[in-house]
Amino acid sequence: MLRDSDRIFTNLYGAHDCGLAGARARGDWDGTAALMAKGHDWIIDQIKESGLRGRGGAGFPTGLKWSFMPKEEAPGRPYYLVVNADESEPGTCKDRDMMRHDPHKLIEGCLIAGFAMRAHAAYIYIRGEFYDEAVALQAAIDEAYDAGLIGKNPCGTDWPFDVYLHRGAGAYICGEETGLLESLEGKPGKPRLKPPFPAAVGLYGCPSTVNNVETIAVVPTILRRGAEWFAGIGRPKNTGTKVFCISGHVNQPCNVEEEMGIPMRELIEKHAGGVRGGWDNLQAVIPGGASVPLLPKSICDEVLMDFDSLMGVKSGLGTAAVIVMDKSADVVEAIARLSHFYMHESCGQCTPCREGTGWVYRVMLRLIRGEASVGEIDLLWDVVGQIEGHTICALGDAAAWPVQGLIRHFRPELERRILAAKVSGGDAAATAAAAA
Amino acid sequence: MSLLHKWRCLLTTGESLWIQGTTILQACATLGIDIPHYCYHDRLSIAGNCRMCLVEVEKMPKPQAACAMPVMPGMRVKTFSEATRKAREGVMEFLLVNHPLDCPICDQAGECDLQDQSMAHGSDKSRFVDMDYGGKRAVEDKNIGPLVKTIMTRCIHCTRCIRFGNEVAGVEDLGTTGRGEHMQVGTYIEKMFHSELSGNVIDLCPVGALTSKPYAFTARPWELRRTESVDVLDAVGSNIVVNTRSGEIMRILPALNEDVNEEWISDKTRFAYDGLKTQRLTAPMVKDSAGKLQQCSWEDALTEAGRKLTETSPDGVAAIAGPLADVESLVVLKDLLNSLGCENVFTSNAFPSSGPGTDLRSSYLLNTSISGIEEADLLLLVGTNPRYEAPLVNTRIRKSYIHNDLKVALIGPKLDLTYEYQHLGDSAAVLAQVASGKHPFSKEFSGAANPMVIVGSDVLQRTDADAIYSAVVSIASSGAKLADKDWKTLNVLHRAASQVGALDVGYKAGITKEGLKGIKFLYLLGEDSGELSREDLPPDCFVVYQGHHGDRGAYLADVVLPGAAYTEKNGTYVNTEGRVQQTRVAVTPPGMAREDWKILRALSEIAGYTLPYDELTELKERLSEVAPHLIRYDNIEPANFFSLTEKLMKSTKASLGAGPLNVNLQSLEDFYMTDSISRASQTMARCVAAVKADKAKNTS
Repeated sequence: MLRDSDRIFTNLYGAHDCGLAGARARGDWDGTAALMAKGHDWIIDQIKESGLRGRGGAGFPTGLKWSFMPKEEAPGRPYYLVVNADESEPGTCKDRDMMRHDPHKLIEGCLIAGFAMRAHAAYIYIRGEFYDEAVALQAAIDEAYDAGLIGKNPCGTDWPFDVYLHRGAGAYICGEETGLLESLEGKPGKPRLKPPFPAAVGLYGCPSTVNNVETIAVVPTILRRGAEWFAGIGRPKNTGTKVFCISGHVNQPCNVEEEMGIPMRELIEKHAGGVRGGWDNLQAVIPGGASVPLLPKSICDEVLMDFDSLMGVKSGLGTAAVIVMDKSADVVEAIARLSHFYMHESCGQCTPCREGTGWVYRVMLRLIRGEASVGEIDLLWDVVGQIEGHTICALGDAAAWPVQGLIRHFRPELERRILAAKVSGGDAAATAAAAA
Repeated sequence: MSLLHKWRCLLTTGESLWIQGTTILQACATLGIDIPHYCYHDRLSIAGNCRMCLVEVEKMPKPQAACAMPVMPGMRVKTFSEATRKAREGVMEFLLVNHPLDCPICDQAGECDLQDQSMAHGSDKSRFVDMDYGGKRAVEDKNIGPLVKTIMTRCIHCTRCIRFGNEVAGVEDLGTTGRGEHMQVGTYIEKMFHSELSGNVIDLCPVGALTSKPYAFTARPWELRRTESVDVLDAVGSNIVVNTRSGEIMRILPALNEDVNEEWISDKTRFAYDGLKTQRLTAPMVKDSAGKLQQCSWEDALTEAGRKLTETSPDGVAAIAGPLADVESLVVLKDLLNSLGCENVFTSNAFPSSGPGTDLRSSYLLNTSISGIEEADLLLLVGTNPRYEAPLVNTRIRKSYIHNDLKVALIGPKLDLTYEYQHLGDSAAVLAQVASGKHPFSKEFSGAANPMVIVGSDVLQRTDADAIYSAVVSIASSGAKLADKDWKTLNVLHRAASQVGALDVGYKAGITKEGLKGIKFLYLLGEDSGELSREDLPPDCFVVYQGHHGDRGAYLADVVLPGAAYTEKNGTYVNTEGRVQQTRVAVTPPGMAREDWKILRALSEIAGYTLPYDELTELKERLSEVAPHLIRYDNIEPANFFSLTEKLMKSTKASLGAGPLNVNLQSLEDFYMTDSISRASQTMARCVAAVKADKAKNTS
């Protein structure tokens, strides 16, 4: 369990002053210029050594991602840092609290990360529904400008740096790296083909790096406390702390910063007051936001909450949004609801996702009531396999995984419903015949 | 690089032969490996959204879109592996989930990519049992004008039409709305697809979502006979394929010619063919004593015309060739009049006569050539609207503007050319300033590496045409490369398909009203420009009209001789860049109409001046005597006499007039009806009406 002294987000719940004075009291903006003075490459190396992996869901090593940016500045071709604050993954609400209550961590992170990748501007793309958060963040940006922390000579350095806040219109797909860039450029949020990757051709055709809010917000603390400190928390290759969002059938749903690799059961019982009705009442958990496969109780008993452990049980850490379902939950309907979400949020650009998500949802809808044949479960498995990995962006994968998880772990339940519907249908027919 | 047939596998080795950025699909295409695709089109940007071209690439976890993935050294692509086959089958299945099963009533059937690829790569059975529950998606059809029919339920969202509109046509009317399953291609607010190139989206659409309205339900592709030919409704000479069924033209499609029209054609080229079926002159006619034209036999008509011709003294005879005349009939007509001892052969369009006049071929051609526009870096347009005068020249300019940063400037009225340009003004004074080097643009022009100036034929019809042309020549000569062997700066954009051919064989450009004063016998070879009226002619002037439409010229005539339209004869045409091309017989002329050169040959015999050719091959020999390049088809005979032109033009004393430099075709409704064929076309009339209605709706 994470010691209080190792916490990065010390105002996650907004108990203290969210403004600049409060942030400074908590250690933010301390020695920023000195960190920058150590150079672009030092920062990137430190982040590499810390083992920080992207907090947006895919878990790509952050330092490595930054090192893809061109090393030499080219005149007339600026580089950009883009911060993905379009937090729309169902079950996830970590970035929201960070921006509401600890916005200066993000702004300082923008400056340092932007400096590391030789960018002079950061764009924060915030989800449209986050109105209060956008207001709070903008206020913090203004504060930082007024205090000379960003702007022409940020923190007294000669590295001009601007931070812009852009509000999205609330489409899930605009949280996809390149869909976000399109949306930021004023176009419909339709993900781009890769390659070229954003580090080569990104925002406005210039080299860009897109990072999650949490990834950027932890950077200043890592640099201040040292890469070894961050690397010492958690497990190898899954280092550091992580903000988990626990929701669903728990007694106290919450956001909590914890060590990577904490056992799921400990996480839920220590911080969320345990599963409603006790651990034995647990049916399934979606461990990382809507797009990762769910896990039945048998796996939840033992599994550790980090990228590789969850990957090992064919799920994923994703955004670390733990959605807990107790035995009262209709697990088929829950996954069908997610299928509806992906059908609704598909951008419609490429074929498998546009046509496949609707098909999957309609089959799922019938599976809730058992109006299908057993063969259709295999059909569904095959169809989601045809979506997965065949699309431009990862939304196709995200639509496929929950259904795969359901079939993998709850196939008996699906079959039971089909048989039950057949029997009751037969009964109804028999009753109708008798009545006539 | 090698192709291993056994594995159906593309392998690129370390010593890569590929140009940087070649995609897997392009590499496979050059090796003859077919990769199925819908959204990819080699003249449009890469969208990569249909996912049909997914292929397995060794060492890559996911299948890759071949249309977008660049080949890399050592890459091994399995174009026919199990994984590739499965991916294609999957995408086909998804595309068919919401595609209606209406092939029997779909005009695309038989030439449908979805049908063909479904047969080749699709599954042999349907797994879509949801039909009983949810059914298929239905999408409301859009009304985007009188040319393109939309059945949007069939759309597979490849976005080719959108990319064509945005990139090639430069009209950003089409786009997508909605997302996911509810994504629709359309104009958002119902409006017309405001482009002179709109018909091309019909060819681009891989399914039957966009089909031709005039062609709807009239023929099946497998019933059609295809004749490669050339369009004559503008001076570009777009290559076309005339599709006919049992002697009737069913539709016209573009043919590929990289140097002329690439694979696009304008809407007039594509849809004016119904004008070939109405208002036709189908029988010879002679005016009776009451002054009414009466049908008669060929013998009577030719005898009447021949009698009048021989009765008239040679200097009282003249001929005017209209915009659609082929070189063969032009030569025969000129030979006939020459053998009478008459030199009065004119074209209806004027060209400046001072300086070299039309003696030097390079002074009246689009010398840079159409494909040469892609190498230019600065273009000055003088009194021309290429968008409507020659849409496919305009698409080249736009292509060069987009891909090569071509800079464009215009002297003339403000126009929507689909690309940005610097508007220097519309007065002749600006032209004079640029010519004399006093305008800031002059410096830019002389500093450009590959400058071009294009002067339109409209301003060369003015009374001060000599001065305008002189100014254009001096601008062209200020460009560093006027006399350069490789780069030609001076360009004339003609509007009539016959003009260059007529000037090549020695016709005089334009006829003035004074010139008509002593004319007693006037021969109109398809002259329908409307410039001429009976009042301009002496009252006793005898007029013979030879042509295919009862249009403006036929009303003046005492004798009407029905000729053949461009789809009905083997005719040679020289386009504005000097390229010699020929039309082919796709259908026979209607009624008693005959090929034009044969009519003139018959007339020569009746008039007693029998011309020495009986067959087309003999006539072609005569053509090669007149000008050898006229039988070198698909070739541009280079012409380079610019320094001479420049010297000769210096003696010109003409001065510029005061009026602004204007062009006739300014907006889309002016584009559709410009000659006897398109004026007879109901489809073109509908287009004009639709554009006007759309305008009225948007301004109200």
